[in-house]
Amino acid sequence: MSALPDPHNQGFRLSQLIYDTRYRSMTIQIVAMFGILSFIGWLIGNTNANLAALGKPIEFGFLGDQAGYDINQRLLDYDSQDSHLRAAFLGLLNTLLLALLGCITATILGVIIGVLRLSKNWIVARLMTVYIEAFRNIPVLLWILIVFGIMIEVMPAPRDFRSGEASMMLFDTMAVTNRGIYIPEPLFSGGFSDFSLFGDSALRFDVSTNLLIFLAVLFGGIYGARKLKKRADTIQNETGVRPTTWWQQLLVIFLPTILVLWAMGFHLGYPALKGFNFAGGTYLRNSLIALWIALSLYTAAFIAESVRAGIQAISKGQSEAAHALGISPGRTMNLVILPQALRIIIPPMISQWLNLTKNTSLAIAVGYMDLTGTLMGITLNQTGREMETLLIGMAIYLGLSLLISAAMNWYNNSVKLVER
Amino acid sequence: MKKSAFLGTLTAATFAAGFATAGTLEDVKAADELKCGVATGLAGFAAADAAGVWQGFDVAVCRAVAAAVLGDGTKVKFVPTTGKTRFTALASGEIDMLARNTTWTFSRDVDLKFEFVGVNYYDGQGFMVPKALGVSSAKELDGATVCIQTGTTTELNLADFFRSNNISYEPVPIETNAEAQAQYLAGACDVYTTDASGLASTRATFENPADHAVLPEIISKEPLGPLVRHGDNQWGDIVRWTLNALITAEELGVTSANVGKTGMEAGKNPEVNRLLGTEGDLGAMLGLDKDWAARAIAVGGNYGEIFEKNIGEKTAIGIARGLNASWTDGGLIYSAPFR
Repeated sequence: MSALPDPHNQGFRLSQLIYDTRYRSMTIQIVAMFGILSFIGWLIGNTNANLAALGKPIEFGFLGDQAGYDINQRLLDYDSQDSHLRAAFLGLLNTLLLALLGCITATILGVIIGVLRLSKNWIVARLMTVYIEAFRNIPVLLWILIVFGIMIEVMPAPRDFRSGEASMMLFDTMAVTNRGIYIPEPLFSGGFSDFSLFGDSALRFDVSTNLLIFLAVLFGGIYGARKLKKRADTIQNETGVRPTTWWQQLLVIFLPTILVLWAMGFHLGYPALKGFNFAGGTYLRNSLIALWIALSLYTAAFIAESVRAGIQAISKGQSEAAHALGISPGRTMNLVILPQALRIIIPPMISQWLNLTKNTSLAIAVGYMDLTGTLMGITLNQTGREMETLLIGMAIYLGLSLLISAAMNWYNNSVKLVER
Repeated sequence: MKKSAFLGTLTAATFAAGFATAGTLEDVKAADELKCGVATGLAGFAAADAAGVWQGFDVAVCRAVAAAVLGDGTKVKFVPTTGKTRFTALASGEIDMLARNTTWTFSRDVDLKFEFVGVNYYDGQGFMVPKALGVSSAKELDGATVCIQTGTTTELNLADFFRSNNISYEPVPIETNAEAQAQYLAGACDVYTTDASGLASTRATFENPADHAVLPEIISKEPLGPLVRHGDNQWGDIVRWTLNALITAEELGVTSANVGKTGMEAGKNPEVNRLLGTEGDLGAMLGLDKDWAARAIAVGGNYGEIFEKNIGEKTAIGIARGLNASWTDGGLIYSAPFR
């Protein structure tokens, strides 16, 4: 065998790019990359050329033009004189509000339903199975329309309140109508005035100083209460006797908060029938409620399945060990099983939250003016800038999803098992 | 094999995209079908009947153009479009023309790059309310919840009207007429607003039309008409003059009943002769044959006949001619002369 001479080193030849296995894979990848890039380039070039031929080259100047239309649910000040950019921003806030409300309720519902589906009670477990199968196997748009349809058909119209066919609830503080639910709103009669961020630009944002002060005091109180609890823990560890601190904790949280509220003239504004609608109070629109309920119930079904999978992935020995130590079933779930299951549940939960956020774009079906309804709906229609509005809309949804992902991945990393 | 088929399709698509602007008339003739954008369903204007055949005032314009170009009023593919999708459908070439009670405005004509070929219905935005509400004027609507069809000029007019009268309202944007109707009837909105013709059409489909009233205020000018893309003037001329032929036919007394007879031989009125192609050859200037206008009139009748049959006072919709009477009867329907 030693008769074989070493291959003569002839240096690099071009044919090696194809015939030499050391280089071939790289050649293929580079060729493929050029292919894909040129395809994308062709797509962009073709789009631009065709838009230019239509006389509509891509430009974003229309965002500064006057929008001319009104938005029903305004979280910030807006009127029809404002720009399209401002309208899009208001729409984005509506999207965010809906996504936030939906994610919170979907998660709470999903965890409860997922745990109940594993219940030893036959009826409860089967009911939850029926719930999950019903909700995740029917398109969410239908759920939205059904919830909305039920709301507008079953609940009384505002004019029924005048004729006495319907009446307000909870000591006349709350009105449930087919246009939505009116609840009392928190108001401040004194205190400090609001301050404005970003001046006069389209992204201007009024912040209530009173609300900030209230939140600061509340969180300060909670922080103080935790300090007290920690001190009690230390004393208990040292002496074995736990001092009674519950009333001190409550006092630390509530006393300053109530004092601050009183000082700023806090009171509730109640809804009252006036003209065609109720006026005053906080108005939760029928479209918001329908979307909130439908999206939460729908996404909760998926989250419940992730929760069930996470719990079942925890070895049975864990719960048996907990039971052997005499820990009650409820505490076993809360202290032993769920904390471990959480690590398995969070990654699929992220995608459910992303799904919910993207599903909010169905809002226009019931007349909720989210980002899709304003920027990619009326603005698109009034200005005829399909390409631009859709590109901006896509970029915003992408950014939103990436933000949620990033935040959740950060959280996921912080709770994941530290291996030694 | 599969790959090459895919690439072939891709190349074909590229070329198709490249040549789409070659000429709408040739495209229509090659496809032997006119793709006409209409509403998704608005009784009297564009709606499929029990047999699934499209009927209505706007549909008749599509059929007249198809008859003029292809010789057959049934060679139309009706593409239902919403207020939101219609312009994209026309701009992208998915449809050849749009006849969907669309308001002629400056920005649509100039900025959206469309060409309105004329007006086939003079309309204005109105309000419909349940009579039980006891409202007699739109100015009493302070604080009302208003259902609007989104993607129209309506929401801009509405914003302007309420702002100029310094009263507030709560807009509820709705995608289609059917959804707006459901919300309005359930009392989720106090008022439904759209073009007065649309209100009349919607009200006609209610169980008790008499319980609802259209308020006297007309808050805008809404000249509705068919439109085509910018840049193909020949096609624009064909659609424009087909509409004008229908209007002129009413003025000159040419109807679907007598067009066959008068079309055979030259009559005494030279304009009728020019219109029907028995004198001169106006059709050739459009790139069509001599009988184009005669066929367009024969398929659904002249403008007046189309109006009476679909939305006139004898129909459930019951719209009076009003502004839409021929200019000879004091209305605004007026065509440039055929010469």
